[in-house]
Amino acid sequence: MIEELMTTEQGDLVINVGPQHPSTHGVLHLVITLNGETIKKVEPHLGYIHRSIEKMCESLSFRQFIYVTSRMDYLSSHINNHGCALCVEKGLQIEVPPRGQVIRVLMDELTRIASHVLWWGALAMDVGAITPFFYAFREREAINDIMEETCGARLTMNYMVPGGVMFDLHPNFQKKVHEFIQLFKSKVDEYDELLTNNVIFKARTRGIGMLSYEDAISYGCSGPTARASGVHCDIRKLYPYEVYSGLQFEEIIESGCDSYARYVVRMKEMRQSLSIVEQLIDNIPEGDFQAKTKAVLKLPKGEFYSRVETARGEFGVYIVSEGGMTPYRIKFRSPGFSNLSALDHMARGQKIGDLVAIMGSLDLVIPDIDR
Amino acid sequence: MWNLAGISESIQNGLNRALSPAWALTVEMIIVGISVIGLFAVLGLILVIMERKVSAYMQVRLGPNRVGPKGMLQSLADTVKLLVKEGLTPDKADKFLFNLAPFIAMIASMLLLVPIGFAKNFQIWDLNIGVLYLAAISSVSVISILMAGWSSNNKYSLLGAMRSGAQIVSYELSAGFSILAIVILSGSLRISDIVMAQENGWWIFKGHIPVLIAFVIFLVAVTAETNRAPFDLAEAESELTAGFHTEYSGMKFALFFLAEYVNVFIVCGIGATLFLGGWMPLHIGTWKAFNHIMDYIPSSIWFFGKTFFLIFVIMWFRWTFPRLRIDQLLNLEWKYLLPISMVNILLITLVAIMQWHF
Repeated sequence: MIEELMTTEQGDLVINVGPQHPSTHGVLHLVITLNGETIKKVEPHLGYIHRSIEKMCESLSFRQFIYVTSRMDYLSSHINNHGCALCVEKGLQIEVPPRGQVIRVLMDELTRIASHVLWWGALAMDVGAITPFFYAFREREAINDIMEETCGARLTMNYMVPGGVMFDLHPNFQKKVHEFIQLFKSKVDEYDELLTNNVIFKARTRGIGMLSYEDAISYGCSGPTARASGVHCDIRKLYPYEVYSGLQFEEIIESGCDSYARYVVRMKEMRQSLSIVEQLIDNIPEGDFQAKTKAVLKLPKGEFYSRVETARGEFGVYIVSEGGMTPYRIKFRSPGFSNLSALDHMARGQKIGDLVAIMGSLDLVIPDIDR
Repeated sequence: MWNLAGISESIQNGLNRALSPAWALTVEMIIVGISVIGLFAVLGLILVIMERKVSAYMQVRLGPNRVGPKGMLQSLADTVKLLVKEGLTPDKADKFLFNLAPFIAMIASMLLLVPIGFAKNFQIWDLNIGVLYLAAISSVSVISILMAGWSSNNKYSLLGAMRSGAQIVSYELSAGFSILAIVILSGSLRISDIVMAQENGWWIFKGHIPVLIAFVIFLVAVTAETNRAPFDLAEAESELTAGFHTEYSGMKFALFFLAEYVNVFIVCGIGATLFLGGWMPLHIGTWKAFNHIMDYIPSSIWFFGKTFFLIFVIMWFRWTFPRLRIDQLLNLEWKYLLPISMVNILLITLVAIMQWHF
């Protein structure tokens, strides 16, 4: 097997795509073997922004390590923080007050919309249409403004803490979110007009990057990538956390298995997330936003695991505690890493232009892969 | 002021009075050469700022707005920046070809300016094979791209150049067929004859549906020939970083860049000449009064107006569509455009023989 991978035939073209390349969305390094324009092999090389976050977490307390996780999947930092907070709460058996739960879900879904919007623009840019990128940033900006008011940050939020959220909502929050809902409803339709039904876009994504149901499971794909292959894997439905079990929303499952199916799943998810926000925004319960916790958190001896659904898939946090102030070992299960591992399988036999479109449809965030 | 033919005539008369005929011709040639270089630079600058403003308008942003009034001098500032930049040559590049390639690109697009009629009786050289000359010289630019891609010693450049070669050679066929349609209708290869044949109406209005089809095919083909989105596979920045000019910097890059924009101007000028009447004002058959009023608008304004309209359309393409893949691009040409233009030529011949056009 290794010999087979190592050999390159005479006449093959080996190209380093990245670490500095406009469409790897970060410092991903792909070594691709080409036969003319056809891809024979894709080999991701990782480690360019490895910050050993897991090791760092071992010397940070259970409150502190959450902040580091904002730097992993920076496009859905709320959801990362949420996963970590859930794991600590599970260990300490803290009950989050209803207001805190609703605020968390609201923030998660807004983050999901912001992340998908950015992905939409980036995918459009990967297939060569530059204009959608600017349209996408226009809407993302509106969400960022909402976040900035409440959390004080636009990218690395650090808003979720064990026991709830750090601050109460900003007085303008509800008004602004209502405005955003009105704005975004028309904008999603505009996205559809601009890209979804474009003939060239369809030709570039239909039947490209096939990932069958079995392959999606065996590569450990999750999130929209797996759901586009028909895998039922939405953590919000399978293992509901916070108030998700009481919400009306659909798990989007497509059977297309190609880049276009992944595109459609994310487009529909934006609308689902918007409907979740709509359901919750007028029903935020009164009360505490944070449960009373001790000044110093000490998890009991044992192993704890929690999972949340980020914009990219299943994000898992696994904590081994020896009963001290810091975790003995932390392991993050990041969705991007597993999704990236399927890239070679999807890209073989396709053209070099398709590799970029497939990468775009996977919605890779490199710091999430390379922790 | 707008009567460009008057300017050239007075220069001609003045030179002939002052100098012997041979010297007058020499001085005229020098003036023409300098003005072509000037036109090349000015057109490049105008088109770059136009592209940036059009794209900004389409992308809900402002675009350049710092240098000069409303940012209009931005491309001038960029040119100065590129002039003073170091022109790097990669270590293992073929230095001779590497340095030659941008100049060939520039010379090819300068030569293409020669037979274009900018206004009534205002043309550098009214060749009797004008259209054929345009088709021939426009294929030279592919040599510069292949040269640049090969000599850069960069795999991205090589891929971009190979793509570009396949693309330009393919799409020249369709463009050629579309040009041929007008040649059949006008009965001449000379640009001034083609323009005069549109005195009672432009070919796009006179020639029924076949000319409309030829016009659409022409627009698609020249967009591909000038390597512009959605056919910008030669420099597809999300795949090949910058394609054939990845390794170029400073003024050598600027020459490629300017040549690309001047090529856009030229193909749009050709399109305006062949299909939209060139400098010919909008004339409608026997409406004498209307035609007379239209004649009051100077011919240079007609030509540049039509050309810049087509340029705007091509820019519109670029900022709207995603990029095609290389196999899809060649499929489009060989499986759709070429057969359609072949059938279309037959139709046009029929129209021309039966005198069905207006």
